[in-house]
Amino acid sequence: MQPFVRLIAVTAPLLRANIDTDAIIPSREMKTVSKTGLADGLFAGWRYQQIGGREVNPDFVLNQAAYAGTQALLGGDNFGCGSSREHAVWALAEYGIRAIIAPSFAPIFFSNCVRNGILPVRLSAEDVAAIAAWVECNPQQHRVSFDLPAQTVVADEQAYRFELASEPKEMLLEGLDAIDLTLKHAPAIKAFQQADRARRPWIYDIGGR
Amino acid sequence: MTYDAPLTLFEKIWRQHLVKELPGGVALLAIDRVFLHERTGSIALKSLREAGRPIVDPSRVFCTMDHIVDTLPGRGDDTQMPGGRAFIVETREAARAAGIHLFDVRDADQGIVHVISPELGIVLPGTTIVCPDSHTCTQGAIGSFAWGIGSTEAEHALATGCLRMNKPKTMRMTFTGKLAPGVTAKDLSLVMISRFGSAGGNGYAVEYAGSAVEALDIEARLTLCNMATEFSAVTGLIAPDDKTYNYLQGRRFVPQGADWDRAVSSWRQLPSDDGASFDAEHSIDVVDLAPMVTWGTSPQHAVPVTAAVPQQQASGASAEAYARAIGYMAVEPGAPLEGLKIDAAFVGSCTNSRLSDLRRAAMLLKGRKVAPDVRAICVPGSMAVKRSAEAEGLDRIFKDAGFEWRESGCSMCFFAGGESFGPRERVISSTNRNFESRQGPETRTHIASPETVVASAIAGRIADARKLAG
Repeated sequence: MQPFVRLIAVTAPLLRANIDTDAIIPSREMKTVSKTGLADGLFAGWRYQQIGGREVNPDFVLNQAAYAGTQALLGGDNFGCGSSREHAVWALAEYGIRAIIAPSFAPIFFSNCVRNGILPVRLSAEDVAAIAAWVECNPQQHRVSFDLPAQTVVADEQAYRFELASEPKEMLLEGLDAIDLTLKHAPAIKAFQQADRARRPWIYDIGGR
Repeated sequence: MTYDAPLTLFEKIWRQHLVKELPGGVALLAIDRVFLHERTGSIALKSLREAGRPIVDPSRVFCTMDHIVDTLPGRGDDTQMPGGRAFIVETREAARAAGIHLFDVRDADQGIVHVISPELGIVLPGTTIVCPDSHTCTQGAIGSFAWGIGSTEAEHALATGCLRMNKPKTMRMTFTGKLAPGVTAKDLSLVMISRFGSAGGNGYAVEYAGSAVEALDIEARLTLCNMATEFSAVTGLIAPDDKTYNYLQGRRFVPQGADWDRAVSSWRQLPSDDGASFDAEHSIDVVDLAPMVTWGTSPQHAVPVTAAVPQQQASGASAEAYARAIGYMAVEPGAPLEGLKIDAAFVGSCTNSRLSDLRRAAMLLKGRKVAPDVRAICVPGSMAVKRSAEAEGLDRIFKDAGFEWRESGCSMCFFAGGESFGPRERVISSTNRNFESRQGPETRTHIASPETVVASAIAGRIADARKLAG
């Protein structure tokens, strides 16, 4: 996984609330059993003129020249709600999105971001709106700075501090694989399971008629 | 296990699965059951295999074909979704190679993951169960900690038997009073989400409690917990009780004999203790509630079926979101929802496709006809539900009324690229999401209980089922 440390990014506002994972990647765009080949379907329902087509909708923010090279998004409340599909995050990452700022994230989406090198930043709706207003004046010049070690976002010379638990922070900073980390605790897991099996044998010895 | 301080149901399950506290408040939590389906589980299996990582305990891993599989009679591996066959074939091969339980396309126990897991006794009280599917919270109705995860986390659970997570906060949502006839668990969930917002449960494991919840049967409890993800909660859960044990006893994967007795006595310790404290407490008096229907494009956009489309100020949506929702749905502020002409009706999904749902719907449908020009579809949640319904003659009632009667699966709860209701078609649906284009490009979805769906199908317009029930 690509580590995330610092980033200065063209940042596109998509301020509506409840942007769901169906909108981020429609189910019809998940065509194969694969984590790749998804960027093309990102926001397909909004980005293209027609369903299934590829003629771009010039009104959609990511299609505008001012937002060329966008690497971060500003979103509304409950960003990434709906289906658990990690394809939404894979599509964002493949498109080049490295960070998202929103007042709140749906829990599964938040976790999927962290596991794929995308920094989810929670700021108040007022702060998100203020950053969006500044960005919109001149998106290519008004780039937002993300500093994960310092846990700050800087826009218009103002630093916004954000909260992030230490484990997701470490995973993003180091680009760590969680499975490797957990397997270091294999002896503890084994000991737990032995004790648990004595307490709850029905969990482990599944008959199934 | 016994504890000194009063604890919540969630806290007890959490402690019983805590393998180790890691730095930063992260817990390594033991996972009892992993469920997969061909849409997202297929990728987890493939990715693990490519990484050369074995599944730590295949006997505790289950997989079904529900998301992409066709629901038309006589189905096989071919699907209407372009490329769908590959998902099914690859999932089957990966599941067989991994040695996990597979409920394949033609299996008698095939069905929607959150319908068959309780039906087969795979989810049990006090267990942790995960699935790369947001509606996994449904299964919390059995008294388990059940939640949806991404594919990468599913790989983690398969390869280590654990997940790493920060502990969610706890909320108790108490439903007091007694539900009026014709008002269902689906309506309770829509009332809650409309009142507290679709992000109202964010960060919480929500325990549903109170007299109205205790009175629900297990299938209705599954419906209530199903919608916890639409509340942005980590999960919803309900304390197990005698109804839970009676429901589970004898099912295919539940413990037998002495193990059963031992399990039940341990499960009886699970309910939240008197005096246990929650991070947040809310209550809803259910006495005056009515059947609910959505008017917009979020489950929080719900009002009583007898109400009008709210004005923006009363809608809880921002001016922009409101205008967008009204425009997409082509509804008029201030106009009544009852009487709005529909094009289609759908009974199905992990929310409302169980035998009791079909029975209640059939009771209203009996001897009546779906309005001309309304396309009506019923998709039982599992093959077992379908068989039971057919044994009772429910299929005849649905078919005689003009409903299509399908094989089980997720079907038209979402649009996968194959079947859809069509652009700008108005659908009354017993499903869980009314997002833009969820059921097909530009399709307009109104979510409601199965009763409201069939009453509306008969009227050809959004209707109040209580009038039909007389």
